[in-house]
Amino acid sequence: MLPQQPEDRLARLRGPASPEPYTARKITALTANPACARRAVLDAAGVDKALLATRIGFEPRFGQSPFALTRGQAFETLVAWGGYAELVSLLRTELAVPVTEAAVADLTEVAGNSAPAVRARETQRLLERIAAGDEDRLILGHPMLTLDVAGRTAFLEPDALTHRIGGRFYAVEIRSFPAIDGQADPARTAEAVKQAAVHVIALRQAFHRAGLPPEAVADEFLLICPKDFSNRPYGRLLDLRQELDAVEFQLGRLRRAADLTETLPADASFDLAEDSAGSPVRDAGELDASVGALEAAYSPSCLSFCEMSRYCRQEAETAGEPARLGSGVRNDLPGIGSTRTALGLIDGTVEPEPEQAEIAELLRTAARLRDLRGGGAA
Amino acid sequence: MSLLRTVATLRAAALGRAERLTTVRHQQLADPPFVFIPLALAGEACAPLAAMAGTDAGHPVLLTVEQPRDRTRRFRFAEQLADLLLPYVDECRGDSETYEAGRPKESRERFTRAPQILVPNQGGIAFTRLLGRSTRLRRTDGPYAVAPSVPTLGKWLTWAADQADFPGSSTLLSMTRMLGDHWATGQSSTEDAHLAALLAWIDPPPGMTGAQAARLAEDPARHPPAGPATDPLFDRTLSELVTAYGTAAGDRARAATGRAIEAELRTQLAPTWDLMWRGIELLRALPPGGHVEERWALDRALFTGYASHLDESGLPQPRRDHAAGAARRLARLEDAVARYESQRAFDDPLVMAEYELSGEAFTGTVTAREPDRVIESGGGGGRGGKAGLFRPLVTLRTEQRPPIGEGETVLSPDRPGQKAEILTIRDLGGSDSSDSDGGAGNGFEADIQLSGGFGGKRKPPAPPGSIPEIGEQLCYTTLGQYVASAQLPDDADTPWTHGGPPQPYEPTHEDAEETWE
Ligand code: SF4
Repeated sequence: MLPQQPEDRLARLRGPASPEPYTARKITALTANPACARRAVLDAAGVDKALLATRIGFEPRFGQSPFALTRGQAFETLVAWGGYAELVSLLRTELAVPVTEAAVADLTEVAGNSAPAVRARETQRLLERIAAGDEDRLILGHPMLTLDVAGRTAFLEPDALTHRIGGRFYAVEIRSFPAIDGQADPARTAEAVKQAAVHVIALRQAFHRAGLPPEAVADEFLLICPKDFSNRPYGRLLDLRQELDAVEFQLGRLRRAADLTETLPADASFDLAEDSAGSPVRDAGELDASVGALEAAYSPSCLSFCEMSRYCRQEAETAGEPARLGSGVRNDLPGIGSTRTALGLIDGTVEPEPEQAEIAELLRTAARLRDLRGGGAA
Repeated sequence: MSLLRTVATLRAAALGRAERLTTVRHQQLADPPFVFIPLALAGEACAPLAAMAGTDAGHPVLLTVEQPRDRTRRFRFAEQLADLLLPYVDECRGDSETYEAGRPKESRERFTRAPQILVPNQGGIAFTRLLGRSTRLRRTDGPYAVAPSVPTLGKWLTWAADQADFPGSSTLLSMTRMLGDHWATGQSSTEDAHLAALLAWIDPPPGMTGAQAARLAEDPARHPPAGPATDPLFDRTLSELVTAYGTAAGDRARAATGRAIEAELRTQLAPTWDLMWRGIELLRALPPGGHVEERWALDRALFTGYASHLDESGLPQPRRDHAAGAARRLARLEDAVARYESQRAFDDPLVMAEYELSGEAFTGTVTAREPDRVIESGGGGGRGGKAGLFRPLVTLRTEQRPPIGEGETVLSPDRPGQKAEILTIRDLGGSDSSDSDGGAGNGFEADIQLSGGFGGKRKPPAPPGSIPEIGEQLCYTTLGQYVASAQLPDDADTPWTHGGPPQPYEPTHEDAEETWE
């Protein structure tokens, strides 16, 4: 895709700072709340959301434990050790790969150079050689892929790509959460599946460029995680089809992220730069107003993944949005846009609109029953 | 979500204070319970980092693992936990009582007490299950021997975690779930999973609304998370100390670092310990529901059964349920959920209100009664020739049309042993249309025929109090038709777990040697 005018607007919104890189996790986070334009625009513009949230008074409370980090690295090192010996042995058991040695090209760096662009070029070169029929047994370790996201190049890094097995290539994701008696944590597995979907989409584009058929990248991937309480790797093939569709959809939406900026006033800005005296060029009020002008779709699940969530929660609370109390409450109040309206309908201070008549009646009955049967404050 | 809960949530949010969802307490609280707050090492399957545990609010015991990656220290932790938990379990094996159960009926014994483990949240239950899984299959001899108490601990923890799937069981409970079952806060269930924030809504400190207190409680610097996951920021401090411990020069330096680690972990656990006991206090203040004792009796019977299983073969639970066991367990689970839900409604008018709203129950006032009514026995027009059937009648006046149709069998929570049938429903007129909810009219009348529940009498007069009086307010429901016969013979027949008879499982060498790294 060619850079278009609207991306200039996105860049202007961000200001002089270099854009935050796109990661697979960022793309999957968008699929977690597909209705949210706020996050889509901020990501498309490459704004540092954590810093932005801090500036407007809602410092995010995310962090990674050094223990988790160490453990993750140790496990990955173990799987990659000795020319991905553990990976090759899992391929034998999981994909019935014949017992021949596979060669591994480790793309973590290219002749000492770990710059993403260099690694991406080398990855592409190797894919072309595979396309040409050389290197048929080559496993790619840490290939670097590019994906065009909203006019910017995202660098993405699956843990590995297998050689051709029964006509297909498989993405490999290594995670350090355990599979105990064959069962891994569902939420973390789901996240790994989503990230794999992003990687597969990027792989297919790379295949296309290399002259390989994109379908040759399987729509299953190999998830490797520690077995039970040990460090031994355990592998399972997981289906990706559903997630591929969801991610494709989000990528399409991101391509239109610039359109989502239309609601923004002309003077909006997410510029987090500081002047020579070290004070922000845009004060908190300006930033706050600009964020507020972007359409959000807060739900409590945002709290688990989005840097803006505490800001959006406060905003939703002030606006009395039913969704901030959870999907249960939201679903119980069809056609009622605010908790204040709902309370007004209950105590009779608000007249229901015709389409609210039925739910208003139900709410009143429920409230009356609560009063009659002993409900009340704690 | 039920609409009643939604109304409660809306009001709580507006008031800034939690609203009650129940009028009684639906879980047993053992005296004393065993409070267990585990902390796990981030990024690991089930690496204990520390725990605070005990049965006395004033005497928490702190267990720590100074080198969380060290296998022997993990087993040492399990041993220490066993030293606390197993004596508590043994104490519950004191007095026993006889009861009748089974088909055909037979006399059985059960202990008058049973252990109860309380953890802060659902994560605590998951951790308990994993800790059980990682210790129960260990061997006490051979090259990977562990202390005998370790596999015993594992079996009890696994047993408790298995019970936790059953909503009526009070063997292993999480405080957030328990409080959330009894109170609605003005925040989402995601936020309610945070114990400090949840309690802030229910019991805010003076001078603050629950909403304000809950926001403050979310700050990990003010209120450390209730585990098993720790605050990543705290992990940084801890990680430095753990490294220092490993590289300390000399025993004295190491001991000093060990004490520093312990002190740090105590700061992470002590606030949650206090919250747990505050929660217990709040729950104790609610009167117990009518079926709580009966469900606890089942917990005690199951405990008795498992204790004797351990005395006999003592084989641990298998790695995975066999297919048949899993299917049976699922069926029992569904059954247990339905029974628990209906018992809760029978014990608590505020819970029954949900069924009134959904049309499975209604309430009215007795306006007429025929206490001596006898009808001809036998159907099909034949003349039985014998005495008729004793079938008293009460007439109930309701505002709305009763949602349950003529000919349906219903029960009343006030007289659960008395079957009733709705004979006729009459519209008293005055409502403006044939509208079925008939709002502003004169109301409705339902004739309800009673059978049984007259103290064994088959003809009039019925003993006083067994037939509703005029002016009495009564609730009738289609729920709970099997609850009335409440001895639950099936469960009591199950030797040691809701899941069915024990599947003998002999741990393999592989199990015993399983790495825990
Ligand atoms: S927290 Fe706000 S910005 Fe983030 S996804 Fe939710 S609504 Fe969008």
